Formats: sequence, C-alpha cells, structure tokens
Amino acid sequence: MSINRRKFDALVIGAGGGGLRAGLHLAREGVHTAVVSKVFPTRSHTVAAQGGINAALANMVPDNWHWHMFDTVKGSDYLGDQDAIEYMCKVAPKIVYELEHFGVPFSRTEKGKIYQRPFGGQSQNFGGDQAARTCAAADRTGHAMLHSLYQQNIAANTHFFDEYFAIDLLRDDDGHVTGALVIEIETGEPLVIEAKATLLATGGCGQMYKTNTNAHVNTGDGMAMALRAGIPLQDMEFFQFHPTGIAGRGLLLTEGCRGEGGYLVNKDGERFMERYAPNAKDLASRDVVSRAIYTEVKEGRGCGPDGDHVHLKLSHLGADVIMKRLPGIRDTCMTFLHKDPITDLIPIYPTAHYVMGGIPTNRAGEVVSVGKRKGTEAVVPGLYAAGECACVSVHGANRLGGNSLLDIVVFGRAAAENMIEYVRANPAHRDLPEKSLEQVEGRLARWEQTGEGPSVLDLRNELKTAMETYCGVYRDQETLATGIEKVAEIVERIKDVRLKDQSKVYNTSRIEALELENLADIAMATVTSAHARQESRGAHSRVDFPERDDANWMQHTLYLREGRKLAYKPVRTQPLTVESFPPKKRTY
Amino acid sequence: MRFRIYRYNPETDREPYMQEYDLPEIGADMVVREALIIIKGVDETLSFRHSCGEGVCGSDAMNINGRSALACLTKLADLAEPVEIRPVAGLPVIRDLVVDMTGFYRQYRAVKPYLINRDPEPEIEHLQSIEDREKLDGLYECIMCGCCSTMCPSFWWNPDKYLGPQALLQAWRFLADSRDQATDERLDDLEGPYKLYRCHTIMNCVEVCPKGLNPTKAIGHIKQLMLKKAI
Ligand SMILES: Cc1cc2nc3c(=O)[nH]c(=O)nc-3n(C[C@H](O)[C@H](O)[C@H](O)COP(=O)(O)OP(=O)(O)OC[C@H]3O[C@@H](n4cnc5c(N)ncnc54)[C@H](O)[C@@H]3O)c2cc1C
Ligand code: SF4
Ligand code: SF4
Ligand code: FES
Repeated sequence: MSINRRKFDALVIGAGGGGLRAGLHLAREGVHTAVVSKVFPTRSHTVAAQGGINAALANMVPDNWHWHMFDTVKGSDYLGDQDAIEYMCKVAPKIVYELEHFGVPFSRTEKGKIYQRPFGGQSQNFGGDQAARTCAAADRTGHAMLHSLYQQNIAANTHFFDEYFAIDLLRDDDGHVTGALVIEIETGEPLVIEAKATLLATGGCGQMYKTNTNAHVNTGDGMAMALRAGIPLQDMEFFQFHPTGIAGRGLLLTEGCRGEGGYLVNKDGERFMERYAPNAKDLASRDVVSRAIYTEVKEGRGCGPDGDHVHLKLSHLGADVIMKRLPGIRDTCMTFLHKDPITDLIPIYPTAHYVMGGIPTNRAGEVVSVGKRKGTEAVVPGLYAAGECACVSVHGANRLGGNSLLDIVVFGRAAAENMIEYVRANPAHRDLPEKSLEQVEGRLARWEQTGEGPSVLDLRNELKTAMETYCGVYRDQETLATGIEKVAEIVERIKDVRLKDQSKVYNTSRIEALELENLADIAMATVTSAHARQESRGAHSRVDFPERDDANWMQHTLYLREGRKLAYKPVRTQPLTVESFPPKKRTY
Repeated sequence: MRFRIYRYNPETDREPYMQEYDLPEIGADMVVREALIIIKGVDETLSFRHSCGEGVCGSDAMNINGRSALACLTKLADLAEPVEIRPVAGLPVIRDLVVDMTGFYRQYRAVKPYLINRDPEPEIEHLQSIEDREKLDGLYECIMCGCCSTMCPSFWWNPDKYLGPQALLQAWRFLADSRDQATDERLDDLEGPYKLYRCHTIMNCVEVCPKGLNPTKAIGHIKQLMLKKAI
C-alpha cells in the first residue's frame, strides 16, 4: 500500500489555543505550515475555558509581573522552573494585549480597559493583599480566545487539515522528528505529513479519570505519541482536581465564581475555608481548596442526603453580577441542575481537571529528552511542544487558575518563533524514515484484526474508574501499587480488543480505539510516577508521606515507556534576571 | 425509551434507513448525547460528532424530533417517543449523523469573520467602553453549531448564494465592534440580491439557537445600516 505524502516546512498538531497561536505566527511569517486537528479548530477544548487569563496589567489594583512570578512559583509548590516562569509572567501583558488586538471581546472597566477578576493564589507584593490579575471575557474567555485566534488564522490563510487524526510521530535513526502519520477521519485514508519542524499542541488527558471537566476528545494523544517515540513524560503524578466541579457530573464552575465573591459552605452553612486558609479563604490555591472539601466530606460535614458534596454559594452576589459576569455558569446550572445560582446553592465536588505534567520542553518550546549522561538533557531535533500537553514547567506541582490560557499562548508563540528559525536554518527536508513509518503503520494495522474481544468503551470505563479509585486526590503506597497492577492489566487486555466496525468512512470507533491506547499509556505514566514520589507536594498528596521533602524530592520526574523506567532531573531554580525564590512553607 | 436513528454508511448502504433502538433505563436528567453514547456502546457502528458535553464546542448539532438541536443540551424528558434523530437538514450526509459542514464554514469565511483595524497597534489594549462592549453580547457567543442555518429555508434553497443566519450574525458581530474599521468594505461585500436579502424573517434560526442568540435581529441591523449607507 502506498501512502499519500504531503510536505510542509512546519507541522502543528492541535488547533486549540496553543496550536492556533503557533499556527498564526508561522503563517504570518510566511512559513509553509500545516495545522492538523482531530476536531474542527473551534471545537477544541480551549473553548470551554471560562474564568480568564492572567497578566499583571494592573487595570484594577496595583500589580506587576514579579508578583505574578512569586505567586506562580509558590503555587507550583516550588517545583516550577523559575526561568520559564519569569519569562511567562514578563511577556504576559504583551501577549494579552496582542490577543485584544486579535479581536478578543474582553469585558471592560469603566475606563474602557480589559476587566480583570481576582483568582485563587493571587497576591500583591509577594504574598500581601489579594490581586485581580485574571483578564476575562465574562465567563467565556476560552471561547472568546479560541474563536478570535481561529479568525485571525483565517485572515492569515493558514492551511488547516480539519478532522485529521495524528497516529504517531516519524523519527529517524539520528533522532530527528520528520513529521507524522495522520488519518483523514472522513475517508479513513492515511497520509504522511513531512515537516522540518513539528509542534505537538494536543492538549490534556482528563479523560483518564471517571469524573472530569474535560471534553470527550481530551485523551492525551500527543503525550502518548511522544512516549512511543522514546521521549519521556515529565511530572505526570501532578494532576489537578478542580475544587468546583458540579457534584457527580463533572461540569466545571469556574474559579471566577469565587473570584467574584462566591464561597463554599458545608452542611452547617459554615464558610469552612476560613479554617483552612485564614487569609486567602476561598481563593487559596486549588490543591488546598480541593483537599479541604474532601476533608469536610470525610469528617461528616458534607451536604445532601449522602453527605457527599459541599455547596457553592453565589446568591449574595445579586442577579446583576451573576448575569453580567457569570452568565454561562448560570446557564449550565439551570440546564444540568435545574438550579439558579441567583437563588440556589450549587452542589460541587473536586473533579479531575488539568495535567501539570507532560512532554518536557525548555522555554523555547523545544522538546528535551534525557541526555546520555545522568541528569542531563538533550534536545529532540525537529520536535516542539506547547500547551497543556507540554511541561515547561511553569505549573510545577500545582497550576494557578488563569495560568494555563497564558501558558498555551505564551509558549505556542515561543515555540513557533523557534520553529521559524529552525526551518530557515535547515532548508532541506530529511529523508522519510521508512523503518519508523512501518512501525506506525503496524499500530494502525493492528486494528484490522477481527474476532471477539472486550469493547473499547468497556475498557475505557474500567481505566477511568481505576484511575479515580487508585490515583485520585489522596494517595498512598498500597493503593498506588494496586493502581499500577490494575492499569497494567488493562494495558494487556487492550491487546484483545477487536473492532466490530471495520469501515473506513468516518469510523469514530477506530478513533476511540486509538485514543484508548493513548489514555492507557498516559495512565501508566501517571500512576507509576505517583507511586515513586514519596512526599506530598502540590496536587500530589500522599497520606503516608504528608510533608514536602525538598532535600530528596525537589526534582522533576521523567517516565519512559520502555521498561516503565523513571529518571529525575533538577528543578531550574535560577530565574533569568531576578533572584530565586527559595522554597518556603506554603500557607494561604 | 424508543429511538429511531438515521443510518447511512456509504460503503455498505445504497440508501439511508431508520434503525430502532430501545433503552430500558433512562436517568431523570439524561440528555440525548448520553443516550447516543450508550447506544454506541451496544452498536459500535453508529457515528456522530460530540465533544465538550456542555454546549460550548458546537459539535453535536443534529435533527431531533424535527428540529436542529445540540444533543448534549436536549433532555430526553422533554422529548416525545419515539425520539427520531436525523442529521441536520440542508447539508450533505457523510455517514449516519455526521454531515459535511464545508459549505457552512465557507459562508462563515466569506464574511471576513475577523477584526480589521488598520491603525498602528497601540502599546496597550484598544479602549472600548462598557456600553460598546455590551453591543457584542448576544453575538460573540456563537459556537458555530449550525443549528440555525440548517433550519433556515432560505439556506436550504440557496446554500451557495445566501450566507445564512450564522455567517450573517458574525458579519454583524464585527460591524458592531467599535474597534473594527472595515464597515464600508463589509457592507459592500454583502451587496446583491442573495447574500443578505434572502432572509425572509422566518425566525426558525432564533427559535433553535441553543445559545439564545438572535440572527434575525442581527440581519435586521445590517439591513438598516445598508439603507443608511445608500442614502
Ligand atoms: C472546563 C475548563 C475550564 C478551564 N478554564 C480555564 C481558565 O479559565 N483559565 C485558564 O488559564 N485555564 C483554564 N482551563 C485550562 C485550559 O483551558 C486548557 O489547559 C487549555 O485550553 C489547553 O489548550 P491546548 O491548546 O493545549 O489544548 P486544547 O484546546 O485541548 O486543544 C488540543 C488540540 O489538539 C487536537 N488534537 C488532540 N489530539 C489529536 C490527534 N491525535 N490528532 C490531531 N489533533 C489532535 C485537538 O483537536 C485540539 O485541536 C480550563 C480547562 C477546562 C477543562
Ligand atoms: S429569519 Fe432569516 S436567517 Fe433566520 S431562518 Fe428565517 S430566513 Fe433564515
Ligand atoms: S447562531 Fe446559534 S444556532 Fe447558529 S451557529 Fe451560532 S450558536 Fe449555533
Ligand atoms: S458536545 Fe459540545 S456542544 Fe454538544
């Protein structure tokens, strides 16, 4: 079978905020670029982001990027790389102004400037008063950003491959990435896209948990592609559980609810966050709030007949604020709960939300693998990553709300900038690595086997339940060990799955089968990394090791698929121009 | 609950047909999307698009009991049995409930759906008053699901020439934006008997929009502006 081939200078896999920001920069610079996405660009999950994007614009209260940097380092529980964090916080204002120029319909202040709301973990003056740093378009910021970015890509004539699914990277014997094998979902036909530089911007993997805030398509494909290409995943044990998902349902209610003045209450009507975080209260960091809710429920102060959730109170904000600032939230509550936040309490519970870990990159967006010598890094030539699938790492062990939308555009742009240079410095395409292509084709061919076997849906559900049970908010050695066994068993059983639908045209079952393989690889990375880390830091809470252990564990985890091996590398504590923020006890 | 679902796979079916499925247990708050996921668990061959599950990505527009709607926001409890699910009307079917939206996207691109501002870029944001920003409410929230255009008779009859409610709503979104400077150019682009003027105010679009947007009103605003310009 001969596969069609297309050649581009640059290939961007993913058309969420990260991929579109990169694609726009590449297209505007005249680089011949293909942007591939398994869903039409505006259906990417960036569209669901609600609360906003952080930048120290100081439109509401005094602010500066250095305070933003401090909050981010502290929020990361000192696992974030301070060079990358400094870079991100410093360019944030410029990046947000740029978005405004692209047409993002930000909400406005009386003076006509971009409206900013307070979000968790934000402070003025290195831990002082609450800051208001999150630039918002009502509670539809992600939608506004994604659509504006797509619109500017239309203006720039970016070349899109809509509804093409990337199977795997092509990598030659010298370690260069030379493109990817994709399939056109509509026809089921494979296609090789060759490129001098490839960017992974495939987003998160929240679908590995049973209750999550993520879209059906958030299956961590890019991360699994990296793993299969011999590249490690970094810090996968750090998975964020958002405090305010609708209980049992998973839909997200933005932190902006609390930013606008909402708060949490237990069954006694007590505003319990005052006990856990006397200063920041409901706007403490997400890991802190999620654990507090968990504790309330465990100690019998949960709400509802089963006492299995707590309440978010918004009614005191008044109809006007709710309708102006949180209209989407109100819609969601009315549609899915028959409750109106203007009058009713809303049942919430921590919900799987965001992966801090991902494909290791430096702040130029280049993917860095483990080097030959212990503790060193080596750039993977021709490969870049940005957005939720990447780990720069600006979020470390816990991401602050509003910092992901920032991360995706900052590093989407930075990666594109470096791809442009790389493409110009390397005018010729490298040869197509036949061996690598054969391997990838094999992965696709495996799904042509027919016969009886478990179904994709059943195993996907089993995997999600296993992760929720054995690798959730609170963890210990024994449950994690069981988790590894369970996931390993599921990985084995996936080999027995057979597709009943062998058709080509728009076969969503085949896509879901490939996604299941991806999810399972990532779940394995997550539970293995979590099992090894014997401390509590940020979102990783070990009951058996409740303290943070800077002497032994202030380092990044690297998980390799082959042999399920782990390696570690130091945190980059040295910022670019300012002084390092040394680890301190984290209180809010 | 009984479902009748439109099935068509071009590789094996000469003609589309309706297939029946029964779901014995229906949760109180269940929506059509959840029912389809369960059905797909039983019958892998059923294809449909869906993603966010909360009415923001716009993937899962389909014709449910005769009208375009998002599967993820349509409650089973509100539907008469058997629930009849077909692909949205007016666009070519690729397979089952999946339609080819190329024409719909082409009309969107035709209205230059992006901010055009030719001034040198300011160092900071363009200023915009709260009142001017409010003019964009009810416009920018469009999720491009196509519920409106696929219920619009004018769009069915002139899919190539009439831009349809979605694209026209977006045309107005930029005309209404105080930061945009391409008003004349945008209006010129809408000249002619078809692009704009095929709207006969039938209001189907308004009735079905899952985001509560009002394309008819937007079209009215454009017509007014055209008139002003002509004078
Ligand atoms: C409900 C919700 C609310 C949020 N709110 C906020 C907020 O207020 N502020 C904030 O900072 N962050 C927020 N976040 C986090 C933030 O929105 C995401 O981390 C971010 O949008 C991810 O962007 P991305 O570009 O990396 O990925 P995505 O937007 O998920 O895009 C991924 C892209 O990759 C493509 N893709 C994936 N796999 C493949 C494949 N195999 N082949 C081809 N294409 C593929 C997809 O089609 C898609 O185009 C929120 C997250 C959620 C879930
Ligand atoms: S009002 Fe106009 S756009 Fe809307 S359905 Fe009727 S003809 Fe179509
Ligand atoms: S106007 Fe409404 S119905 Fe039409 S595409 Fe936009 S959101 Fe969908
Ligand atoms: S699944 Fe996204 S709008 Fe319905």
